[in-house]
Amino acid sequence: MSEAGSTVFLALQANDDTRHVIDAIMADNPTAILDPQPAMVRITNRGALVVRRESIEERMGRDYDLQELHINMISLSGRVDETDDELTLSWNH
Amino acid sequence: MDMPVKKKKLGLKERYALMTRGLGWEPSYQSIDDIFPMDSFEGIKIHDWDAWEDPFRLTMDSYWKYQAEKERKLYAIVDAFAQSNGHLTLSDSRYINTVKLFVNGFAPLEYMSHRGFAHIGRQFRGVGPRVACIMQSLDEMRHSQTQIHAISNYNRYYSGMAEFRHHHDYLPYLQVPKSFFEDAATGGPFEFIVAIGFAFEYVLTNLVFVPFISGAAYNGDMGAMTFGFSAQSDEARHMTLGLEVIKFVLEQDPANVPIVQKWLNKWTWRGVRVLTLVAMMQDYMLPKRVMSWAEAWEIYFEENCGALFRDLARYGITMPPCVEQVRLERDHLSHMAWAHFYQARGTSDFHVWLPSEDDMDWLSSKYPETFDQYYRPRFEYWAKCEADGKPFEATAVPMQCQVCQIPMLFTEPGHPMTLAQRHVHYRDEQYHFCSEHCEEIFNDEPEKYIQAKIAGHEVFKGNAFRPGTDPTAEGFNPAAEALAFFKVEHGRDNGLHHGSHDHRNFEMWRGLAKTND
Amino acid sequence: MAVVAIGKYEFEPSDGASNFHGARIIYAGWDEHLLFSCPYAWPLPPNLPFAHFVQGPMSEAFGQHPDWPKIDWATVTWTRNGETFSPEMDRSIAENGLVHKDSLRFQTPGLAGLDGKGF
Repeated sequence: MSEAGSTVFLALQANDDTRHVIDAIMADNPTAILDPQPAMVRITNRGALVVRRESIEERMGRDYDLQELHINMISLSGRVDETDDELTLSWNH
Repeated sequence: MDMPVKKKKLGLKERYALMTRGLGWEPSYQSIDDIFPMDSFEGIKIHDWDAWEDPFRLTMDSYWKYQAEKERKLYAIVDAFAQSNGHLTLSDSRYINTVKLFVNGFAPLEYMSHRGFAHIGRQFRGVGPRVACIMQSLDEMRHSQTQIHAISNYNRYYSGMAEFRHHHDYLPYLQVPKSFFEDAATGGPFEFIVAIGFAFEYVLTNLVFVPFISGAAYNGDMGAMTFGFSAQSDEARHMTLGLEVIKFVLEQDPANVPIVQKWLNKWTWRGVRVLTLVAMMQDYMLPKRVMSWAEAWEIYFEENCGALFRDLARYGITMPPCVEQVRLERDHLSHMAWAHFYQARGTSDFHVWLPSEDDMDWLSSKYPETFDQYYRPRFEYWAKCEADGKPFEATAVPMQCQVCQIPMLFTEPGHPMTLAQRHVHYRDEQYHFCSEHCEEIFNDEPEKYIQAKIAGHEVFKGNAFRPGTDPTAEGFNPAAEALAFFKVEHGRDNGLHHGSHDHRNFEMWRGLAKTND
Repeated sequence: MAVVAIGKYEFEPSDGASNFHGARIIYAGWDEHLLFSCPYAWPLPPNLPFAHFVQGPMSEAFGQHPDWPKIDWATVTWTRNGETFSPEMDRSIAENGLVHKDSLRFQTPGLAGLDGKGF
C-alpha cells in the first residue's frame, strides 16, 4: 500500500512565537490542513510536511534556528529528517 | 571593501555526529562484550550500530538552551497560578480528582522511565542510541519533577496527593501502572526500549497526554496544561526515538522481527490495559469534557497508527492481534472501569461520584450502542441507593488479573453481560486472567508473573499492616488497619465527592473569592 | 516457556498456599448480577463449612442486591474454574475439594438481576 496516502502531522502550541511558524508551514505546504484546538494547532498533510527556516525568518523578521521549534512543539507523526534549513516529516522513503 | 567570507560551517548532521559518535571508541584492552554485557541476551542481532540514524540532532548546548527556555516559561506560569489561587478558577472541584489520579498514577512512572532510560543508556553498545537514551532519561526526570512541582500547589488545599509516593508503591489500584513499568524495567534493554520508547511513547502516548492536558485546558487547570505543553516537545523527541529504534532493529536482521512482534503484541496490550484509567478519567472525571475515549481512540490510534503499521508492514510487522479486542472494548472500557471505581471507592485516594443526568446524556450520545443498554441502568439504580441514604459500595476484596493486576471487571469480547475469566495451572499453583491476552503474556514468561504482588493477596498475607500491628488483638479491624498502612485517611482521601472536605472547601473558598462578606 | 534472561531465572511464587497462614484464597462471582463489578476474593480456613462461607462472607458481599434474600439455594448452580461444581453445603471448603485460588461462579435461575436484565 502506498505510503503517500498516509497522513503526517505536526502539533504546535498556538502563541505569539509560533504565529509566523504556522504561517510559514501553511505557505510551504499548500495541501496542508490547519486544525485549531485550544491553545494549539494541528497541521496535517498527506505524505510529507516541511518546515523551512527561511520561510519563517521572512515572516518573523529575525534569524531563526529551526531547533527553537522544540520550545513549542507538541506532537508529530512521521519520520523526522532534520537539517539546519529544513525539518521534514514524512512516511516516504 | 572586502566581501565578508562566509565561515565554512558544518551542517547539523555533521556537528551532531562529531559531538556524539565522535565520542565513542573501540575498546582496546577489554572485551566489548564485557563492557556491554546486557545487549545480546535477548536474541536481538545488531550487525552495524553505525546504521543508527539519530532522531532530532540536539547537542547538549542546544538541549540546555531550549530546555532552560521551557523551564523559565513553565515556572513563571506555575508561580502565577499558585499566586493567584488559580485552583479556584477550575470548572468544578470534581476535576481535582483527575490531578490526584495523575500525581499518584503517572508522575511516578516518569521517574521509573528516567531510571529505565538511564540504565539502557549505559547498556547499548552503539554510541548513537546511548546518547539518545541519556537525553530521554534527563527529560523523564524533568517530567516527574515538573509534574510534582505543578501539582504541589493542589496538595496545599486538597487531599489524596500528599502520599503519592507511598500510594504508588502500595495502594491497590496504583499497582496497575506500577507493575506495568516494573515489567518493562526488568526486561532487557531492547525490550525496554520497544515497550516504553516505542509502544508507550509512540503508539499510545497521545492517548495519555491529550486527555489529561486538554482536560486541564478545558477545565481551567493552567498549571497542568502548562506542564503538559512544556513536556510535549520532549515527547516529540521521544516519539522519534521510538520510531527510529523500531526501524533500526527491524532493518538489522530478519531474526529480530518475530522478537519485536512479540514485544509489540505484549506491550500494546499491557499499555491499553493501563489506559483503562485514562479512558475512565476522560469520560467520567472531567467536568468539561474534551472528547470521548472512543473518539480519542479513533484519532490517536486508528488513524495515526494505521499509517504507522502500514509503514512497518514492509518489515513483516503486523498490527498486534489484541487490537481486535481493544476495538470491541472501545465502547465499554470507561463505563466498566468507573462502575468499579465507584463501588470500590474505599481503597482509592480520589473521590468518585455518579454521572448526572446531563453527564449520562453526553455518554449516551457518545456511546449510542452501549451506554443506555449496558451501563445507565446501573448508574440510575445506584443514584436511587444514594437518594435512599444507602450508597452502594463494594465490601469485599476484588479478584485481580495476575498480569495486568486490574480487578476482573472486563467482560467477554462481544458479550458485555458476561465477566471474562481465563485460568492456568503452573507448577502446582493456579492463576487467573482478565483476558486471553493477559493469559498469553503469562504463558510466555510465567516465572516473571508468579512473582507479582497482587494487592488483595498482600492484604490477606498480612503484608498490608503497619509494623507492630497485632491481628489477634481485640477489636482488630483489618480494613481500617490496611487503610492506615496505605496512608489513606479514611473519610477524607476516599469516598464520595459530594460532601467531601475537598468539595466543601472548594465551594466555600470560591464563594469567598466572589463576594465581599 | 522459559523467560529469556541473562542468567538463571527461577522463583518461588509470591502467592503459594503456604504464604497465607493456613487459609486458602477462594474467589466467587455472581453471574448476571453486574451491579457487582467483579468477583471477590476471601482467605478461608479449609475447615469452614461451605454454608458458612455462603452465609458469612458471600452474604456480606452480595447481600446488598435485592435478589440475594430471594435465592433458593437448592436451585443454585456453580462452576469451579469453569467446570460444573456441586458443593455440599454442610461439608467444608476442603472436603468440597476446593483448593487454593479456586474461582467459583454461581448462577441463580429465575433471578437474573434487576428487572431480570443481568444487573
